[in-house]
Amino acid sequence: MTAPRTLYEKLWDSHVVAELPGGDSLLYIDRHIVHEVSSPQAFVAMRESGRKLRRPETHLGVADHAVPTRTRGGEIPDPQARAQVAELEGNVAEFGVPYADLTGPEQGIVHVIGPETGFTLPGTTIVCGDSHTTTHGAFGALAFGIGASEQGTVMAVQALPQGKARRMKVELVGERHPLIDAKDIALALIAKIGAHGAVGHAVEYVGHAIAGMAMSERMTLCNMTIEAGSRMGLVAPDEVTFAYLKGRRLAPRGAEWEAATAYWRTLASDPGAAYDEIVTIDLAGIEPQVSWGTSPDQTLPIGALVPSPAMIADPSERRETEKALAYMGLRAGQPLSSVAIDHVFIGSCTNGRIEDLRAAARVAEGRKVAAGVRAIVVPGSAATRALAEAEGLDRIFRDAGFEWRFAGCSMCVAMNEDRLAPGERCASTSNRNFEGRQGPGGRTHIMSPAMAAAAAVSGHLADVRDFA
Amino acid sequence: MPNQPFVTVTGSAAAMREENIDTDIIFPARFLLITARAGLGEYAFHDRRFDADGNEVPGFVLNSEQFREAPVLVAGANFGSGSSREQAVWALLGRGTRAVVSSSFGEIFYSNCLRNGIVPILLPKGDIAVLMDAAESGAVFTADLEALELRVEGQPPRRFEIPPERRMAMLKGWDETDQIVNQFGADVDAFEQRQRKAQPWLYQKEQDA
Repeated sequence: MTAPRTLYEKLWDSHVVAELPGGDSLLYIDRHIVHEVSSPQAFVAMRESGRKLRRPETHLGVADHAVPTRTRGGEIPDPQARAQVAELEGNVAEFGVPYADLTGPEQGIVHVIGPETGFTLPGTTIVCGDSHTTTHGAFGALAFGIGASEQGTVMAVQALPQGKARRMKVELVGERHPLIDAKDIALALIAKIGAHGAVGHAVEYVGHAIAGMAMSERMTLCNMTIEAGSRMGLVAPDEVTFAYLKGRRLAPRGAEWEAATAYWRTLASDPGAAYDEIVTIDLAGIEPQVSWGTSPDQTLPIGALVPSPAMIADPSERRETEKALAYMGLRAGQPLSSVAIDHVFIGSCTNGRIEDLRAAARVAEGRKVAAGVRAIVVPGSAATRALAEAEGLDRIFRDAGFEWRFAGCSMCVAMNEDRLAPGERCASTSNRNFEGRQGPGGRTHIMSPAMAAAAAVSGHLADVRDFA
Repeated sequence: MPNQPFVTVTGSAAAMREENIDTDIIFPARFLLITARAGLGEYAFHDRRFDADGNEVPGFVLNSEQFREAPVLVAGANFGSGSSREQAVWALLGRGTRAVVSSSFGEIFYSNCLRNGIVPILLPKGDIAVLMDAAESGAVFTADLEALELRVEGQPPRRFEIPPERRMAMLKGWDETDQIVNQFGADVDAFEQRQRKAQPWLYQKEQDA
């Protein structure tokens, strides 16, 4: 009789190649996603050492971070971005890595196209030089971000030394308001446990709310797990997962599909499996969330007031709050719903999927972006963009005054042409409100897609429940 | 490629009295368009060190005469959180940082440090406050990877932990990939044979090829 195991332990045990003398294990890596920004140095290391990729077909290349999203297909105007994409294209050709071409139907953000193509599968280990690799854990995969040096190791030997994480269970209980989104749940969790509350843990999300969530919402939850400090978010694969994957280009077919799903059904945590930490979130108590500071745990319900440092007893927390308010240009005690915005960004690996665009479009439909606000909608992938256009969402957004873009990371990360100017304020569906994340001196409030659309049509942070 | 062996680093320590210094602060995203890994030191903490006109910001610790060259950083909790960009570590290394001390680190950053000859020293929160005071008073810090000890002038030595394999690799300057190929190549082969039988769908493309 073996002891009951968690999903994390099953994924771990099934990938141990060897135990290392110091207590870590050598883990087999099934899948590696490669983007233009974090991979150049890994390919250089391969070339300089004369190594080949052990299994080229287990990698997937795509350009997403540096690419412009205003137009697609012509020469990339920025010479550095152009060179970086060209370097990726040269590298994938030289090393035989399958590549989703920038102008092709499968291009998009790494964490959107992995699932869309069926490259992401339950029961696998998936790495990428990108911290939001946590996203793929929504499929019951052990997925985590790594650095460029580790990418080189994976390319050459298909394995990485890893220490075992502690197990954290996040249990969602109660019923949520219909306009409360996975993003609100993620932000409420991070506000509760802190931006480093889950460091060292693999986080598994459970509860009947999870069973009722589409893959897009599960991905949003797992994506944001890194913002609580954990490299791995997990949801056990179930019928929703299988229905999503069936028929995807790289998903197994026929008899292999049957064998695969039979195996995937065994991955859920066993009854009675032990966790090191358990966090319970009551969904009934969650209101739409917005971040007010420069760390994702500096988040409050939209009805709240900007915190007052004078009322904070702990000196270090007081200092952090003062620093954040100064950077964000906010007044203590000001209602969050009164904060005026300059920009709205709807997109990213957190919230650039079709369900996210639908939620934003429901608020935008028949309304207009407020005067003086620039609002952009950036689908997470070319496939998402095409589907949204087939549903007429692009028309809804354009009629409301939003720009409708091509797929890419866009304004989530200030390394392409979409950036905030110093002092500009953005309502954003991305994942990080860090200083300078959307441009030096830029101010970011993170929130759900519906909340961002509500802010766009209001000209200030707003409560989506007023638009129902 | 073999790395420079690491044993100890001795010198001044710069105190950064802030929590959540993420890798976007350490290495702003726009510089990620640079594809080289050498020469990134000038971008370390760029938007803290320089104002919008490119002038040094007075008062930022790494702009002070005393701490400009400090090989040790002591920082608040959650140092190196956020993005996985290894450029953050290459930039620190480029400006001469060889040890970082905090009560918690971003995990990917921590792992990147160990592969680039920077020792991430994890200590309890109470110790960090004491060490920041010592750093600001100009105390000399020694990070000793062999002994796993942080020694600070006028204080008892403090023990820290580093995963044993990584410690040995850093001390010897070993390359991780070479190590795995040489020691575990046969285990990886055996793993793949087993997995191919049990989960053939993970090898489909190669079967077709």
